[in-house]
Amino acid sequence: MDAAAVIRVALRALARNKMRTVLTMLGIIIGVGAVICTVAIGEGASNQIQESLRNLGDNIVFVSAGSVNNGGVHMGSSATKTLTVADSTAIGQQVPLMVRISPGVGASAQLVYGNQNWYTRVRGVAPPYFEIRRWPVQEGGVFTQHDVDSAADVCVIGLTVVQNLFGDENPLGKTIRVQSLPFRIIGVLAPKGQSPFGQDEDDTIIIPYTTVQKKIAGISWVNFIMGSAASQEAIKPAQAQISSLLRERHHLRPDEDDDFMVSSPTDLAETQAQSGRIMTLLLASIASVSLLVGGIGIMNIMLVSVTERTREIGVRMAVGATEQDVQMQFLSEAVVLSLLGGTVGVLGGVAGSLAVSSMLDWPTRVPPEAIGIAVLFSAAVGIFFGYYPARKAARLDPIDALRYE
Amino acid sequence: MPEEMVQSRPANEHPAAASGAVIGVENLHKTYVLGEVQVHALRGISLSIARGEFVAIMGASGSGKSTFMNLVGCLDRPTKGRYLLDGQDVSQLNNKELAGIRNRKIGFVFQGFNLLSRTSAVENVELPLIYSGVPHLQRVERALESLRAVGLEGRESHHPAQLSGGQQQRVAVARALVNNPSIILADEPTGNLDSRTSVEIMEVFQRLNKERSITVLLVTHEPDIALYAKRVVTFKDGKVRRDEPVDDPLDAAEVFRTLPALEQDEEEEDKA
Repeated sequence: MDAAAVIRVALRALARNKMRTVLTMLGIIIGVGAVICTVAIGEGASNQIQESLRNLGDNIVFVSAGSVNNGGVHMGSSATKTLTVADSTAIGQQVPLMVRISPGVGASAQLVYGNQNWYTRVRGVAPPYFEIRRWPVQEGGVFTQHDVDSAADVCVIGLTVVQNLFGDENPLGKTIRVQSLPFRIIGVLAPKGQSPFGQDEDDTIIIPYTTVQKKIAGISWVNFIMGSAASQEAIKPAQAQISSLLRERHHLRPDEDDDFMVSSPTDLAETQAQSGRIMTLLLASIASVSLLVGGIGIMNIMLVSVTERTREIGVRMAVGATEQDVQMQFLSEAVVLSLLGGTVGVLGGVAGSLAVSSMLDWPTRVPPEAIGIAVLFSAAVGIFFGYYPARKAARLDPIDALRYE
Repeated sequence: MPEEMVQSRPANEHPAAASGAVIGVENLHKTYVLGEVQVHALRGISLSIARGEFVAIMGASGSGKSTFMNLVGCLDRPTKGRYLLDGQDVSQLNNKELAGIRNRKIGFVFQGFNLLSRTSAVENVELPLIYSGVPHLQRVERALESLRAVGLEGRESHHPAQLSGGQQQRVAVARALVNNPSIILADEPTGNLDSRTSVEIMEVFQRLNKERSITVLLVTHEPDIALYAKRVVTFKDGKVRRDEPVDDPLDAAEVFRTLPALEQDEEEEDKA
């Protein structure tokens, strides 16, 4: 019996009981559809995490001043004075895995323009910061190394600040007061939205770090050093190199803790993505229980079908069908049933995830390999649950089968 | 007549086939074990049926004639004894080999027609060819030819439900015929038919037997029907009790002509 004949016979048998066929397929349809949907939503979420990670910056390595154990008293990191501009320069020179580096000083300050005022986060950085954060200006320009060297009173502001201080007015070239010091606005940052940690990134003012050190915060040290590693793979080794370099520079004995912290937002995002994946896996496995139930449904219907068609089986055997022929016939019926269900389920799952995307505004993505796996899996369900009924049909004694009423 | 419909004599595969019989049965026993009871359905049957014979097997129920037909039809294996079909010993073949023998050498006609429902006549007839691996186009061609041979031109695409009992049984005969078998086994083929249609079916068997030398083995409990055969074998208690030729077999075609023609229209009418 050739494959084409086998499939034709299976399709005919299924077409004979359309209602039953559809109801039997429903379990597989729902199972596959649910799995595809869950995977699409999970995949979309993880894409979004990747996206926000990219948005965060270019292979960022972040060094912050750490807690110092000063005679048994733990000092907060902002009070730590150990991280210096020289450290930043040293990293730039001695860690070739780092392609860009910028020291950073953080502060908060009241901004005043005309009769408007706004309290925001002040970042004192060097020009490479804008590239490290992949954060261009949408109007104007950024300050230069020369501005840094001369501790110039220039600033670049985020959109939230623009909205709150200027409204519809063009802020470029205007002067605002930061803690009563006048600063000239030379650029407006492109919108960046929320950070993965929920902060409004656009609510900030960026100033040369030397200016912040001398005129706003009044400190000589830096709060953080931020840089870009040469590649994603370079992040980990760069972190290790920075660590050992800084330990050496800070004259730390082997038994002393670091007085700084080297981290990468990738770590955090990875953790987030990981928990997302686990969630997706969990939901998908719950959804696949429906596949199992669908498979049992197929087995049930196939057993009924074998009983109903006992005489047909007898006739086929009498005219020369071997046990294998009969087994193939019923097995292929089960597989066609489950494959059909799987295909409809995939279509349903894709449609469902599109609906989720448009109605709930969640990003979804159906990975092509998930479709392949779903189809293969439904075929496997058909083989697994179709085997026993098919075996039962093949084992029938032709004499009894022909006599069956 | 197309040449392929004429059965060619296979090379003798067994010395006992020297007799040239299509069916050679020697001391056939069949014993069923039901719990602790042994039922001796056949107690030593020896029979030889030559090519071109038309044999009726008679006997009361329990005489062993059904068991005998199952063995001859290769649906079952004897407990003891030997069965040569076309000179080949088929008494100890495995299930797969038996299926192959049934496919190539035996055509079944059953009392209840046993056609696949919701399946057209031509598809019913081509069923055996599916299992002998004949390509689709050839299958259809041979099925149509077979349907013509039983006088069912024009009914090829009808489903069993759209055919009368006699027409359904003719589809079954066409199916039995399509693989060009060594023998046609008919188990009470007229049991579900009225007497007029029974004569019609016997006419088909007689014609195939006469024109194509097809060997027919027919089980019946109706003495009237047995009279259309050339030889009658009577079973009793698992043994052959009588085995005698019919002196002057009835000619179904002639009998049919003498029947009153009142139901002619209904019979020919398409029930669709």
